Amino acid sequence: MTEKTPVLSVRNLVVEIPTRHGILRPVDNVSYDIHAGEILGVVGESGAGKSMTGNAVVGLLDRPARITSGEILLSGQHIHTLKGEALRRLRGKMMGMIFQDPLTSLNPLLTVGDQLTETIQEHLKVGQTEARNRAIAALEEVGIPAARSRIDSYPHEFSGGMRQRVVIALALCAEPDLVIADEPTTALDVSVQAQIVALLKRLCREKGVAVMLVTHDMGVIAEAADRVAVMYAGRLAELGPVREVLTAAHHPYTAGLMASTPLASQGKERLRQIPGAMPRLGNLPDGCAFHPRCDYAQDRCRANPGPTLDTCDGRAACWFPLNTKQKDEVSA
Amino acid sequence: MLAYIIRRVLQSILVLFVVGLVAFAMFRFVGDPVDNMLGQERTQADIERLREQLGLDQPFVVQYWRFLEQAAQGNFGLSYRQGRPVSEILLERLPATLELAFVSGLMALLGGIALGIFTAIRRSGISANIIMTASLIGVSLPTFLIGILLIYVFSVELGWLPSFGRGEVTRIGGWTTGFLTESGLKALILPAITLGLYQMTLIMRLVRTEMLEVLRMDYIRFARARGIREKSINFRHALKNTLVPVITITGLQLGSIIAFAIITETVFQWPGVGLLFINAIQFVDIPVMAAYLMLISVMFVGINLIVDMLYFAIDPRLRVDRTAGGH
Repeated sequence: MTEKTPVLSVRNLVVEIPTRHGILRPVDNVSYDIHAGEILGVVGESGAGKSMTGNAVVGLLDRPARITSGEILLSGQHIHTLKGEALRRLRGKMMGMIFQDPLTSLNPLLTVGDQLTETIQEHLKVGQTEARNRAIAALEEVGIPAARSRIDSYPHEFSGGMRQRVVIALALCAEPDLVIADEPTTALDVSVQAQIVALLKRLCREKGVAVMLVTHDMGVIAEAADRVAVMYAGRLAELGPVREVLTAAHHPYTAGLMASTPLASQGKERLRQIPGAMPRLGNLPDGCAFHPRCDYAQDRCRANPGPTLDTCDGRAACWFPLNTKQKDEVSA
Repeated sequence: MLAYIIRRVLQSILVLFVVGLVAFAMFRFVGDPVDNMLGQERTQADIERLREQLGLDQPFVVQYWRFLEQAAQGNFGLSYRQGRPVSEILLERLPATLELAFVSGLMALLGGIALGIFTAIRRSGISANIIMTASLIGVSLPTFLIGILLIYVFSVELGWLPSFGRGEVTRIGGWTTGFLTESGLKALILPAITLGLYQMTLIMRLVRTEMLEVLRMDYIRFARARGIREKSINFRHALKNTLVPVITITGLQLGSIIAFAIITETVFQWPGVGLLFINAIQFVDIPVMAAYLMLISVMFVGINLIVDMLYFAIDPRLRVDRTAGGH
């Protein structure tokens, strides 16, 4: 897997927002790869820069946010330098995006079929009938029953879970190599969440699509992701295979996140909390951004420059990673 | 949907009943008509006889009903001033007003929507900002002033367009039209601009605001993320969603174009029903006033009804006769 060119390769990406009080960096020096048929989970609290990273990849950053340095490569090609029309051609065709709320991400006044066929015809050279057949196939693929008769329905005629399936069908209908799913399950019922996660996983395996799954739900990560990237205050805190990260977190923040995730098997013990809140972007502490909330912080953590994946063990951006030798120091 | 239409029609009829009551009440406010109709040397017997003849001895409700009955058949009695049936006079004048309202309404709608979209898409462009600033003038200048300014520039100074009247008209059946002659068309330009300018700027600002709102929606973002081209995003995905609220206001505005025509028709001496109404007020010609009131309200109610029907055509969420998919 590592031999092949990754579908998506993000190198030292920096996104900045100029404000009156100085420049904010919602995404600060983030690097990761996603390979074909792989799901990379991106977790973190609100404002950690998860969605911003996804938006930067598809070139949909809201102004005044902009990429100031770093590289984004899609199947080995630079795409962060593309603009306007060239970028539009890539969207949908090479990279699809799934949004959080299926109730608002479909146009209420166009039928599901209209929205699908328009997207298909935008990217693939097919006629009206062929596009319609492909649209029906796309709906069947995401598990919409009686797709042939539902294709001319309007979004409001579907339930929330079904709408999210339609959204996924829309994101995948032009057969992109990369899908960025931005909190695809957050707005759904728990029972529907599991179905949607299973669907994403199946499509990823069957079609060999690379998936970037942005979420704040550790359960979804554990269920679906192959590797996980933990973000904190715009930086990568930890990046590694999901099983290893979840069972033996190296970064104290990851460990804290795991400890604060409720599990049915845990019984009625009080959940652990991470004390304090994530610092505001305009007011980051020196050194490691997590040190004010970290139980293990030492002098080195407060000193500049802070730890990064490269300067530490390659998995966690921490000077004193947990679970490296003494396995039972902090358990998940 | 059918139930909704029936309900709206019934509501409309109720509104017309109320307006009819107001129109009917006008007759009573100006005193007893019998006093005017009989001379000084009347006897009580004469008065009683005429009252009976005119049905004025009947209870109020019966009189009101008879008024409505007549009105529904288009019979509003004789004009005090001209001594001719009011309906005949109105029908003569109506084409002029309707043609003027149609042209200025069309101009307001097309111009308003086009400029609204333009200023929304080019939000920070220079030309969009110039248009927005200019539109403030359109909103804030009173109609008669715009009319007088236009007359001054285009009729007095430049001498391009006539300052009053309808020009030559062609008679087709009972309808007189100014569309077929050059002088008729020329005469239409200034009044149409005067009448439509305010509505156009209003529609433009409304379309712009709605469009900006819609362009921020998730489904527009999602359409962008799917690589849909800007043209389709603006005119297919966004415009349709913009039109739903715009239609409401526009419908009401088109109704008021006919009503506002009074001022424009006065400024340009346009021989329509508005001018007729102004003259009727000067002569206290009650039957004409009552008929005008009823006519305008029928148009308002009719336009509103059509607007409500248009919702169904545009927004599928209102057509709830099909069963929605469940969980």
